[in-house]
Amino acid sequence: MGSHPAVKNAVTSHRQRRLRAGVFVAILTLVLAACGTGGAQDGLSPASERASNIDGLFRLTLIIAIVVFVLVQAAIIYTSFKFRRKKGEEPRPVKQIHGNTKLEIAWTIAPAIILAGLAVPTVQTIFENAEEPVDALEITVTGHQWWWEYEYTDLGVVTANEMHIPVGQDIALTLTADAGDVIHSFWVPRLSGKRDLVPGHENTLTISADEVGLFLGQCAEFCGLSHANMRLRVYAHEPADFDAWVESQLAPATVVEDSEGWELFVNKGCTACHAIDGTEAEGGGLNPGPNLTHFAQRDTFAGALYDSTEENLSAWLANPSELKSMRPDLNRGMPNLGLSDDEIATLVAFLQGLS
Amino acid sequence: MAVAHTTSGGLDIRKTAMWSFLASELMFFGALISTFLLYRGRTNGGPDAEELFDIPFTSVSSFVLLMSSLTMVLAHNAWERNDQRQLRLWLLSTAGLGLVFLGGQFYEFSTFVHEGLKLDTSPFGSSFYMLTGFHGAHVAVGVLMLSAMSILSFRVGLTKSRGMNVELVALYWHFVDIVWIVIFTVVYLLQV
Amino acid sequence: MATIVEAPPVAPAAPSSRGGLWGWLTSVDHKKIGIMYGISAFVFFVLGGIEALVIRWQLAVPDGTLVNEEVYNQLFTMHGTTMVFLFVMPVSAAFGNYFMPIMIGARDVAFPRMNALSFWIFISGGIFISSSFFLGGFPDGAWVGYSPLSTQSEVIRMDFWAIGLLILGVASLLGAVNFITTIFTMRAPGMTLFRMPVFVWMQLVVAFLLAFSLPLVTVGLFQVILDRNFGTLFYDAATGGDPILWQHLFWLFGHPEVYILILPAMGIVSEVLPTFSRKPLFGYQFVVFAGAAIGFLGFGVWAHHMFTSGLGPVAETAFGLMTMTIAVPTGIKIFNWVGTMWGGNISFTTPMLFSVGFVAMFTIGGLSGVTHSIVPADTQQHDSYYVVAHFHYVLFGGAVFGVFAGVYYWFGKVFGRMLDETIGKWHYWLMFIGFNLTFAPMHFLGLNGMPRRIATYGDGLGWNYWNFMATVGSFVIALSILVFLYNAVRSYRSGELAGPDPWDGRTLEWTTSSPPADYNFAEVPVVEAIDDFWYKKYGEDEDHLPVRLDTNPLDPSASAPQEEFHVHLPSPSYYPILLAVGIVTLAYGFLWLPVGYLVMAAGLGIMLWAIFGWAMEDIDHPMGDNGHGEGHADDGGGDDAEAELVGTSSEGAE
Repeated sequence: MGSHPAVKNAVTSHRQRRLRAGVFVAILTLVLAACGTGGAQDGLSPASERASNIDGLFRLTLIIAIVVFVLVQAAIIYTSFKFRRKKGEEPRPVKQIHGNTKLEIAWTIAPAIILAGLAVPTVQTIFENAEEPVDALEITVTGHQWWWEYEYTDLGVVTANEMHIPVGQDIALTLTADAGDVIHSFWVPRLSGKRDLVPGHENTLTISADEVGLFLGQCAEFCGLSHANMRLRVYAHEPADFDAWVESQLAPATVVEDSEGWELFVNKGCTACHAIDGTEAEGGGLNPGPNLTHFAQRDTFAGALYDSTEENLSAWLANPSELKSMRPDLNRGMPNLGLSDDEIATLVAFLQGLS
Repeated sequence: MAVAHTTSGGLDIRKTAMWSFLASELMFFGALISTFLLYRGRTNGGPDAEELFDIPFTSVSSFVLLMSSLTMVLAHNAWERNDQRQLRLWLLSTAGLGLVFLGGQFYEFSTFVHEGLKLDTSPFGSSFYMLTGFHGAHVAVGVLMLSAMSILSFRVGLTKSRGMNVELVALYWHFVDIVWIVIFTVVYLLQV
Repeated sequence: MATIVEAPPVAPAAPSSRGGLWGWLTSVDHKKIGIMYGISAFVFFVLGGIEALVIRWQLAVPDGTLVNEEVYNQLFTMHGTTMVFLFVMPVSAAFGNYFMPIMIGARDVAFPRMNALSFWIFISGGIFISSSFFLGGFPDGAWVGYSPLSTQSEVIRMDFWAIGLLILGVASLLGAVNFITTIFTMRAPGMTLFRMPVFVWMQLVVAFLLAFSLPLVTVGLFQVILDRNFGTLFYDAATGGDPILWQHLFWLFGHPEVYILILPAMGIVSEVLPTFSRKPLFGYQFVVFAGAAIGFLGFGVWAHHMFTSGLGPVAETAFGLMTMTIAVPTGIKIFNWVGTMWGGNISFTTPMLFSVGFVAMFTIGGLSGVTHSIVPADTQQHDSYYVVAHFHYVLFGGAVFGVFAGVYYWFGKVFGRMLDETIGKWHYWLMFIGFNLTFAPMHFLGLNGMPRRIATYGDGLGWNYWNFMATVGSFVIALSILVFLYNAVRSYRSGELAGPDPWDGRTLEWTTSSPPADYNFAEVPVVEAIDDFWYKKYGEDEDHLPVRLDTNPLDPSASAPQEEFHVHLPSPSYYPILLAVGIVTLAYGFLWLPVGYLVMAAGLGIMLWAIFGWAMEDIDHPMGDNGHGEGHADDGGGDDAEAELVGTSSEGAE
């Protein structure tokens, strides 16, 4: 028992307060910094203007939430310790207080003011991010069970799963799904929030990339069996590199029409689902598959799930459902064509020749 | 006895239950009507409302259902006076008018099917049959209840001291009636 | 539809026994029904928990191989469906059934047979959905059953889901009508609405939410079933159907449903905190109004589940702002709970620990909920693990903690013996640690780009560490549940005897014996205040501090053999369970048309038999002579007669 408990308390509480504030700021910095993984699919490492808008707004909200969190938890813990009955103590009568109207009004209005404050930037960002992009590159994204189809409407390029975009330009996505398909959701966390692809609807989403690089994403709306395997990649290039990519995509397919590989490709019925531009393989049908015109230019296949190595492609052709769950019997996904090892080798060589 | 055992604010136990049930039913029909409004124009190449609906015919059957509410009121009145003969008469008339309405609906459905609107023709067809079908099912349940009450009134009599069944059935019947007024207006009159 | 005067010969004798298996199967006693609800809910809780453990085991490392996608999709669909519809909803019905009538001073609910029917329909629906496991596999379209995925699947799994939910909906609707009627018309003398315990208030709000929201999803479910089986085109985009319609109908139900799940737990906590703080609930009216406001606003925010579906900026703004407003009444509740503890004399018993844990954890869920209302931010969070973290903080940190607070608080009242406090604290701390270890990391996972409902994830995305920790946490939770089960079994057999009022309680249930007599109260209580029991035990000294009075405000049945009081009770009945069997038979038949038409006919036959028997049943089998007048004798609609029996006692109030 100190001689001047009041003075001592005041000193400690002042020190404690400073200490607490310091710890608090430290934790806050730590939390905000440590959240991000820096990974290629990390929503906390935005790489576009719109994603940064979202991120900034979220961090503002998070800081406010953490302050409220700390205050409420501190109140709970403080109350619990201050008013707890010690072990072995008899119950003590306490005043039967029924409430306090002033307090009620205070803690009704205070959160309302905070929320009103949050509402302003929220509404701003909603409308900012919904603004029509100017000079945008237009891409129609169609979600299929379980892969992505990209059609560059102005450029005439059609490709799958791997999207190539120029850095620094707005990309206006039109998002949709076929009538017989289901709802998907396009999500590349570093480039933007997600938006659904709904059969019968056309949604829009604007993305862009501030830096060259590979950005990962995947389907975010549960779309059935292989939802987990419906991944996607966005490659952002310098504009010149992007133009080169477009040029290579527009080049005619490197198909020798009477080669063994081509014969097999036609005879095994691949052309029913897969298109190779400039040939009789038009694809589409009941069960559309990815356009294979420049397949060999892609790093991955099967919903960006596997690297396009000879080994993976061989395993895929031997039994697609082994590598990725699908329902070809219901026209969803690639069927097992019952190919022999030789046929597989020929087809893999054919596919890898589609540069 | 007769000291109040409960604090009920004067609410009757069975009426409270019926009212809360009907409130729920209101949401049910609300959702059905909303679906119809969303799909009314989506005919998928099949016949549309204008081609199909025969407003004079449906007006008559609507009028019949409306009149059944009147006979229901008369039945309720008779029951309050404990007039078993009149009660029976009006209960049976209400059930009869309900049956006429159902007959009209059956005729209407078969005509529409004949003219090419089936459940699987278009979203318009699906939502039309679902909405009017569920309403028809409610009328049918009402007719069953009315018939059961009429039979009871022959066997034992429905006195006022013996419960509030007439009142409950009346509540239900009026509700189904009012819902039809809304359906008739929204589905038929506003579409043509 | 018979009368007492002339019971037709077709009416079979009502079951006479109240004990044994038949006693349970035919019981119309709200307490027995409550216990059955509670035990079945816990069975489903364990099943849903096992599903969760498999999910977590699969996700412990990248590219998990324990189960394939097909099985995984079934598991998370059933985990969600089970926990929402077969655990949290029935467990709140369990508490509501057991305690709501007692807390308002009634002898039963308004319609005891209908109450039994609710339970039997619920359990048949639960068995129906779960039986899909043996009949082609669990449903696999997620618990939200988004169309057109739900209408696309060619196998019957999603029929099981849609029909099962319809059946459960019927059970909930009957329960809601029953509760609304009971609370409005069966309160003891003096128990005005604003003297009701907050738990009862929350049950009332939930009943209204159910009554208004269930029909909306019912319409949606019918559309799914029609699309799947009769070729209607509600969700077929090719012909002009719109898959988004389902999302509106589902979430118009689904968002109020969230409050259906959490409000009963809030009610429980609002009972526990005052008892162990030895103070009344702070700001009673504000807590009540906040609860009602949450329920009301809950109908205006459904589209915040659809912020990524392309609503357009105007609708997004409207629903975002509406969603923010819900934080205000939620905050009011949290502040009032802390206010209740402030200045109290708090004893940290297990129920109190769970309640304080509830307040703390629910706050986190509430705050992450606010971040969802920030629409642009939500487009990142939506359908990611951040959302999974959020709703588990609300539904596990909230609802489940609240449920366990209730279990520890009322176990002694229900079974006559107290749960062990030491084991209880082990249970609490294990669950608290396990819960946070499981779900806190999911916030990071979601923000780092991990979507939900994925059976596997790739390596190298920075998700491995937190996924592994979450899996460890889930097994800690499982351990805590084992500790609880051990405690429950042990305490049921040899726990400390509870006595009528073990916690020095404040509400009417503590005036009765533990467990209460079949008729709850030998004398219908007359209520004069909020926390009436407390003020009958305690007066006030000149400093306004409570002083124990020299009175015995317990119900007479708490200190005398139950048989001494001749209280008339509704008879048991076979027909509720029979009717439920008929309904579920009908449902099974529907799945295997056209052969199933025979089964359906059998089901309809059973239903008609049950309805006829129900109407004809001679429900007036007094346990003792009570000399009720002829005024009550009509039945007709079925339940009305029983309604009046309750509250008619030889000892009656005055």
